[in-house]
Amino acid sequence: MYALQYHENTCLSCRTQDCLIKCQYIDIDKECARREILKIAHGKDSFVLHDCVTCYACEEYCPFNNHPFYLIVEKQEELDIPPLPRPIIQRGINMGIPFRGEPVIEKINGTSLLLGAFSDLMFLIQGRLFEGLPVISRDPRKMFHYFCQLMYLHYARSSVIKDRLPKVIKTITEHGVTEVICFHDECYGTYASYCPAVGIEVPFKPVHLFEYLYNRLHELKNEIRPVNLRVAYQRPCSSRLSPDKHHFVQDIFDLIGAQAVEREYVDENALCCGGTIEGQRREGSRKRAAAVQKRNIEDMKNAGAEVCVFNCPACYNTLSQMVARNGIKPIFMSDLCRLAIDENPAGWR
Amino acid sequence: MGSVYEALVEIVGEEHVSNQPEELFIYSWDLGTTEPHRPDYVVSPRTAEEIQKIVQLGNKEKIPVVPLGGGLSLAGLAVPFKGGMLLDLKRMDTIIEVNEKARYALVECGVSQGQLTSYLERRFPHLSHSEPGAPPTATIAGNVAIHGQGDLAHPYGFNSDMINGLEVVIPSGEICQFGSCAIGADWFTLHPLPDVGLFLGWIGTTGIITKVSLRLFPCKKIRGVAQFVVDDEELVPEITYKLTHTQMAEDIMATSQAIPPYTRELHHFTINIAADSEKELEFKLELIFDDTLGEYIRKGDGGFLGFNRGLQRPQISKTSDWRKGGGFEYVGSIMPIEKYPECYRRGREISERHGIPYTVLGRCIGAAHAMMFSWTYAFNRADPETIKHAREALHETDDLVLELGGTIWKPGIYGQKLVMERLNSSTLNLMRKVKQLLDPNGIMNPGNWEVIQRL
Repeated sequence: MYALQYHENTCLSCRTQDCLIKCQYIDIDKECARREILKIAHGKDSFVLHDCVTCYACEEYCPFNNHPFYLIVEKQEELDIPPLPRPIIQRGINMGIPFRGEPVIEKINGTSLLLGAFSDLMFLIQGRLFEGLPVISRDPRKMFHYFCQLMYLHYARSSVIKDRLPKVIKTITEHGVTEVICFHDECYGTYASYCPAVGIEVPFKPVHLFEYLYNRLHELKNEIRPVNLRVAYQRPCSSRLSPDKHHFVQDIFDLIGAQAVEREYVDENALCCGGTIEGQRREGSRKRAAAVQKRNIEDMKNAGAEVCVFNCPACYNTLSQMVARNGIKPIFMSDLCRLAIDENPAGWR
Repeated sequence: MGSVYEALVEIVGEEHVSNQPEELFIYSWDLGTTEPHRPDYVVSPRTAEEIQKIVQLGNKEKIPVVPLGGGLSLAGLAVPFKGGMLLDLKRMDTIIEVNEKARYALVECGVSQGQLTSYLERRFPHLSHSEPGAPPTATIAGNVAIHGQGDLAHPYGFNSDMINGLEVVIPSGEICQFGSCAIGADWFTLHPLPDVGLFLGWIGTTGIITKVSLRLFPCKKIRGVAQFVVDDEELVPEITYKLTHTQMAEDIMATSQAIPPYTRELHHFTINIAADSEKELEFKLELIFDDTLGEYIRKGDGGFLGFNRGLQRPQISKTSDWRKGGGFEYVGSIMPIEKYPECYRRGREISERHGIPYTVLGRCIGAAHAMMFSWTYAFNRADPETIKHAREALHETDDLVLELGGTIWKPGIYGQKLVMERLNSSTLNLMRKVKQLLDPNGIMNPGNWEVIQRL
């Protein structure tokens, strides 16, 4: 069975306790943080297990890549401390069940873009940025065969991920892919971070979408016209699993002439979209989520953002209408890039 | 029969009458499982006076007259079981008046739900009517005639409770008006004149509604749907009761479906909430989800799935996709809300017995006074075996409704017979007298509510 590679000694020798100290949703001092993370490591109850909003950020904060968030999730499941109400967990787990036949396996034998469980966003994959790039999981009826399952970290169900993920990887592999460009951060985080952390083999090379977009834009460099927009980036939770790729956000902005506004809640200090928080069991979760969203959007507004850039469809669903009501246009990163090469963004709404 | 055709041409014009087989074929079908029956003529009148003449012709020639609105009842209510003249009323599609201050719309019988919704959105965005879950081509008159319910059923009840006045062509050909309009006043109230109540629920067997004055209600700037989910059907009645106590919702429904998997064995409440400002919206969300349902969330028994702005209509007809072939029909019932758990469990049993993915829905009517509970059965139109299973499941469900102490909503022929078997004998007798008085020749939508046995 797959097991999380977590090393207690790393936490014992850690002098920062950044994993919890930097948490934006739990107020904790260094001493307490050290005590609580070790309690968690020993399988004991901790208030952290109850108060965690599952924003993934501690995965990034840990200076030793010791997977504090994966640990928290495993212990929440082990100790039966679900962050979400039981019916939401059941709903979520059932959601990932494929129910409309087997996927059609087209042999690709090379690089492919993987839409995962977002086949209904196929309309975003068009234009010169994606020219000639085969796409896996184009059919919404079959998309759950390609669902990376990592969403279940929010549900404290590592067991479901470990149970289903090998079959998903097998399905992707059957396409004969060598490189998989992941449309969503979450898929990239799954194959680049979670799988190695729990010992699941990934027989293809995952590529972050932003890395692909950056490289592709470079190829089209002569066609770029600066977008001259002041932009704010809504960093998704799963981006915390690949902090080494986060620099591509700024790299792309620089390349296309987008000016990232100066914000308080940016990069490591970014705020969650609130989509998961509002459904949690903890008292006041709905209001907590609303307050986080308000702070986040106020910050964008105060910084003078004209556009809010998304990678994650879930963040987009949660926040796009809210930012629009505040006079900020929501847009997916790929669409922003298309704007820079004088194409009409498919998702401008 | 040639003379009847000519008489109809005389009444409505050649373009609006047909006895051609290809058109008769189309009008012989219902969208549900009811066997088709071919009319002899299809007629599309434009005025109440034309209907008057058609009905008089029907009486003279003893030819059935079957009124058709949107044709979306699914229960075969406008299938011409005994042939005759099928009246397609869609040409009578004028929105005659919207009285903004008294909040009502006076419409002809062919005006559709979508037409009124669109008209109000454009011209009176602060007014709304209670739109049912049917496709937008369903007509206002057809819906009130079958005691439909819409997305304002929780605060305001059945759509037939929202009638301010009616114009009806009765089988003798007389054009009658009911409500304040009957004394020449505006169409602003149905009361307090003597109640004749002869045309609702009768499925066109006592007359043809030609005009409806329908109450309109405040339409707030923000309208949207919040979702709440539970995994225990026993919680649905008490949660519904608590929700109605807040008086903060416009519509409250609980649904459960086998497909897609994320809805299976769960009960999703959709709670429509409206507000004129962010402040009002937050107040309502707080009252409902923090104060009223917070206890279920903290215990882990219920989950808040968020609030989405905008109303998506309709939802339930997507059920037709669950099986290849795009067919579905449902049994609707009016039922005490406390029966939800049993309705759900027994409905699942029926579905599973017939190999059909289960789909059930309960919509709250009034302050939890009742619910419309429906069991939907999908079938493949090209596969007679699946149609047979769906039909059997529908009949078993009709039986179940009465067994559980409910009433069948817009029953088809089978359900009507079950109801008549149980009807209080004096009531049945009164219905016979009414029918005999109004329609002595039995020409009005025959086959439905056959309280008088005819040869």
